[in-house]
Amino acid sequence: MVAPSTPSSAEAPGTPAPGPPPPALADAVRDDASLRRFLHGLPGVDQVGVEGRSAALATRSIKRASKMWAIDTAISMVDLTTLEGADTPGKVRTLAAKARRPDPDQPDVPRVAAVCVYPDVVAAAVDGLAGTGVGVASVATAFPSGRSSLQVKLADTRYAVEAGATEIDMVIDRGAFLTGRYGQVFDEIVQIKHACGDAHLKVILETGELATYDNVRRASWLALLAGGDFVKTSTGKVSPAATLPVTQVMLQAVRDWRDLTGELRGVKPAGGIRTTKDAVKHLVAVHEVAGPEWLTPRLFRFGASSLLNDLLMQRRTQLTGHYSGPDYVTVD
Amino acid sequence: MSEHRVAVAKTYKLYVGGAFPRSESGRSYPVTDHAGAFLANAAQASRKDARDAVVAARKAFPGWSAATAYNRGQVLYRVAEVLEGRREQFVSEVRAAEGAGADEAGALVDAAIDRWVWYAGWTDKIAAVLGSSNPVAGPYFSFSTPEPTGVVAVLAPQDSSLLGLVSVVAPVIVSGNTAVVVTSEERPLPAITLSEVLATSDLPGGVVNLLTGRTAELAPWLASHADVNALDLTGAPEEARTDLERAAAGTVKRVLRSPVTPEDWTREPGTARLRAHLEMKTVWHPTGV
Repeated sequence: MVAPSTPSSAEAPGTPAPGPPPPALADAVRDDASLRRFLHGLPGVDQVGVEGRSAALATRSIKRASKMWAIDTAISMVDLTTLEGADTPGKVRTLAAKARRPDPDQPDVPRVAAVCVYPDVVAAAVDGLAGTGVGVASVATAFPSGRSSLQVKLADTRYAVEAGATEIDMVIDRGAFLTGRYGQVFDEIVQIKHACGDAHLKVILETGELATYDNVRRASWLALLAGGDFVKTSTGKVSPAATLPVTQVMLQAVRDWRDLTGELRGVKPAGGIRTTKDAVKHLVAVHEVAGPEWLTPRLFRFGASSLLNDLLMQRRTQLTGHYSGPDYVTVD
Repeated sequence: MSEHRVAVAKTYKLYVGGAFPRSESGRSYPVTDHAGAFLANAAQASRKDARDAVVAARKAFPGWSAATAYNRGQVLYRVAEVLEGRREQFVSEVRAAEGAGADEAGALVDAAIDRWVWYAGWTDKIAAVLGSSNPVAGPYFSFSTPEPTGVVAVLAPQDSSLLGLVSVVAPVIVSGNTAVVVTSEERPLPAITLSEVLATSDLPGGVVNLLTGRTAELAPWLASHADVNALDLTGAPEEARTDLERAAAGTVKRVLRSPVTPEDWTREPGTARLRAHLEMKTVWHPTGV
């Protein structure tokens, strides 16, 4: 669907990208003007179509064995998140314990994908998750507003990485993006990616502040061009957060990126997904829009806190045959 | 104007979370009067409607249980006022449902309104009557205070469509519980009108949720639901009671048993039903130096 103009010649990009963008897209990132030309050359999003399709996908009802599979898959994709001013190392350790074993009564429940925290409590999360394979994600770059100097953002990122974070969730500078300074946003992502080292980089677009689907598509491509491993919808601090149409636009971007470059990049809807039903709708969208190879925690995540409890309650309902309640799961 | 006006056949809906949704299943069933003549269609709730009703009741619980006793009393008294305003409609519905004469139906409706007022008066007296300051052998104050149990699933009586319904619902919500009520299966219309009364009085949405449908279909899901704290078996089919109690035991619910033979709802109710849905909390507090 998205068919960016194929450049005639493949030139090395002039930016210090750690991995240069694939030759087909090298022209797009040559300078500010070509980046703008490329992003504005992306086809517009058919708003009615994408919302209609989201509504249609949401009508699928999934039962029994498939539902059980969907619940377990969704649990394994959860980035268990706590991003509050009142977070303490103790609360993070509690969260880590829940990430290791989401439902103590049922040892066959898969572990979640990662725990997502603020940089200063990364150490507690690393401590609590040692040897489990559960990732430690840290937000960085003056989360959630992203309003600081590049030096501060880089220092924030290094601080998190040095503390042991294996994944960095950065926010883009929405002010710069909305005023059309795409080059600045691009450079910032590239440098943060560089500062991440081996850590995976998720780029938060904060779609609730981008106003249009066209902007979401442009920001997604911008993040992919700059080397983001994941595009993530929201910080969770702004409403609306993750919606199905927005996730779908981002899934289209990673699908088209794969078609163009052969690389697989991930998508992470975050914020506002609270029920199993919502999660299953998203999984259906992943399968239908991007493809089944995205149905893995490596390429699709849910940023959520209360979703996990609902998934666990639904899982118990599937196993016991009666409705479960919040008295039977841990409240964090 | 034509001489023969075509009657407006009504299809009623459920009352869940302060709104009137159709059954998720899309089903409805015809309701007839005592002689078998068609009255209206009622929504036939499914287990998912029951689940949604429990979610609504749980959501309403913190607010309703934390409201002051005075405030709850005011709200319930307001409900009685609106009931009184709809008296004629209730009388005709009770007549149709129960086959009672005009005087008898009028007396039943009056009794139901009076009962609601009587229970409304209990909100600020429960703690005074049932609570206590306990004599303990130590330098402590020890208090026991009644607290609401939580979400109560009520299987309303099958025979008495209004007085019986009021007599089982009012004592549940008076103390701050929230209720999911399965109405009389064959006589749901007074209950549906009651839901319209509740929706237009000051009662917060979700405090009372009314499901019309098959009691035998809905009851097991409510009995086993882990987020329901108590179960009132009044209108349960006799043959299902053992299974319902067993299912309720699985999640440690309070179960209110009641005689299988229809109760005489016109009798003085007493406080038994009030007390059935309360938990006593005892706190020890050190006395000052």
